[in-house]
Amino acid sequence: MANQNILLNFDRNGANHTLENYLKRKGYSTLSEKIPNMKPEQVLDEVKKSGIRGRGGAGFPAGIKWSFLPKDSDKPVYLICNGDEGEPGTFKDRVILEENPHMLIEGMILAAYAINAKHCYIYIRGEYGFALQRVQQAVDEAYRAGYLGKKLTGANYSCDITVHKGAGAYVVGDETGLMNSIEGKKGQTRNKPPFPAVEGLYQCPTIINNVETLASVPWIIDHGGAAYHSIGTEKSSGTKLLSISGHVRKPGVYEVDLGYPFMDFLNKDCGGVIGNRKLKAVIPGGSSTPVLRPEDCEKITIDYESIAEAGSSLGSGAILIIAEGSCMVKTLEVLTHFYHHESCGQCTPCREGTGWLHKIVKRIEAGQGKMEDLDLLTSITKHIAFHTICPLGDAACGPVDSFVKKFKDEFIEHIKTGGCPFGGKFVRFQERV
Amino acid sequence: MSASPSPYLTQESEYNLSEDVVTKITEMAASFPEKNSALIPALHLIQDQFGWVPPPTIKQLAQLLKTTPNKIYGVLTFYTMFNLKPVGKYHIQICRNVSCSLLGAKHIIDYLTKKLHIQVGETTADGKFTLTLVECLGACGMAPVMMINDKYYENLDEKKVDQILKTLK
Repeated sequence: MANQNILLNFDRNGANHTLENYLKRKGYSTLSEKIPNMKPEQVLDEVKKSGIRGRGGAGFPAGIKWSFLPKDSDKPVYLICNGDEGEPGTFKDRVILEENPHMLIEGMILAAYAINAKHCYIYIRGEYGFALQRVQQAVDEAYRAGYLGKKLTGANYSCDITVHKGAGAYVVGDETGLMNSIEGKKGQTRNKPPFPAVEGLYQCPTIINNVETLASVPWIIDHGGAAYHSIGTEKSSGTKLLSISGHVRKPGVYEVDLGYPFMDFLNKDCGGVIGNRKLKAVIPGGSSTPVLRPEDCEKITIDYESIAEAGSSLGSGAILIIAEGSCMVKTLEVLTHFYHHESCGQCTPCREGTGWLHKIVKRIEAGQGKMEDLDLLTSITKHIAFHTICPLGDAACGPVDSFVKKFKDEFIEHIKTGGCPFGGKFVRFQERV
Repeated sequence: MSASPSPYLTQESEYNLSEDVVTKITEMAASFPEKNSALIPALHLIQDQFGWVPPPTIKQLAQLLKTTPNKIYGVLTFYTMFNLKPVGKYHIQICRNVSCSLLGAKHIIDYLTKKLHIQVGETTADGKFTLTLVECLGACGMAPVMMINDKYYENLDEKKVDQILKTLK
């Protein structure tokens, strides 16, 4: 099965970020050729038909999200591109931002047309200095060429894009946290409802989508929603960018048709586990998604349904490979530290609970755990998950519950022997590709 | 405890926003539907000027954005990228998250603390290097990774760290 290159339709070693290069790849042709003959509703319809689901992690169908905008509002509508890629293991949006920014910009112009937004924001995490530079350059180029600004080239509407630099906060990856951040506030999330489509940025109707989702829009409008829907599976249509890291021979960003067999992807495309080691565990969709054992992965295909059936989630498409010889308790210790560090402090269950989770996992790793700690961990997660405003609390619980459940023996061994059987270290691999 | 005076006691005149920064902040404030949206970009500009965000500048910023120093301080301390105290000429930030850990981040951290003779969070006596640990930098495929000022250094090992440090004068 050959995978399509919709988003990575360029030579990965070349200078692809320029307008000139994008035009050679027929860039902006959707905007200048299709849009003059399409009404906004038709653009929305094609996106709906494509079935594309939000690529940030939640997987909510983009077209349906767009249709939540109130029809009778006289407030301006805003479009935001979420480029606050912060989920550990995820580095796929960075490729689009750095190497294919014009595709994202064209996608945003098309989306803005569909939802009648005149002003768009691209929010990029502050650490992505190079991506920020590339996107700003591309936006400037697009303005000069008349693709942005008043009365766009080839179309009869106006669209402005402002690039906004983040400042380091995982929780800002949440929609409403990001809006607060653009408004110059702490990036804490807002209670919903009202949902952003009704009351988002500056209390105005707002649509917010992930970089990858918006960058897929030009292809969808160019080829039609039905063509996009014919790629992948019935419920998971299109292609997906995967960022694979950890103990894998060829880490990096890949584009696959959804429904692609996981083991083929790992062994054929990515060269398998490094050091010829056995696969020990897979975190399939970013650090917040439950961990899977190798036997869970044998039959899964890379799509929303198959991974959900195996008890986890496709999430952001960030696949973490963990090889035999690695300590799972130590791995969980790293993850729980992360969630505790990033908890914004707004909701008590998450603010306190993530700290407790980290403390307990840390003491188990140090050989000072008690058998009761395992039940204590799962009882804490029960009180965090779904008791917080935003999904950070839930995200912290997914790894804890699944690590304890799937690698219980290893936790017990730490407790019974009073130490880490792996010496508290990760395996060091000399072999790198 | 450190003997250096708290930055709050420092003479305000030492930390004046440059004319250029003031102009940029004023322009940005006017370009957003709400002035306050310029706050985070403004803090970035201040950090670019001083290498950190000195408390006296908060008062000046509050006047420019018609907000209160307290509100700014809340935002400033919420985001990890803003330095609340001076950092060395080269701010080394090493990722300690999962992909980097799996591929030896701890080893790189230990190596750097030994080599620079400082602990995490400290600055070398000559003011050249500050060592900080950060969460995922979004370069997991190139782990282990560190960021020095705003540049990423990837696929690190001891040899590479040595080479990188040599280039930093």
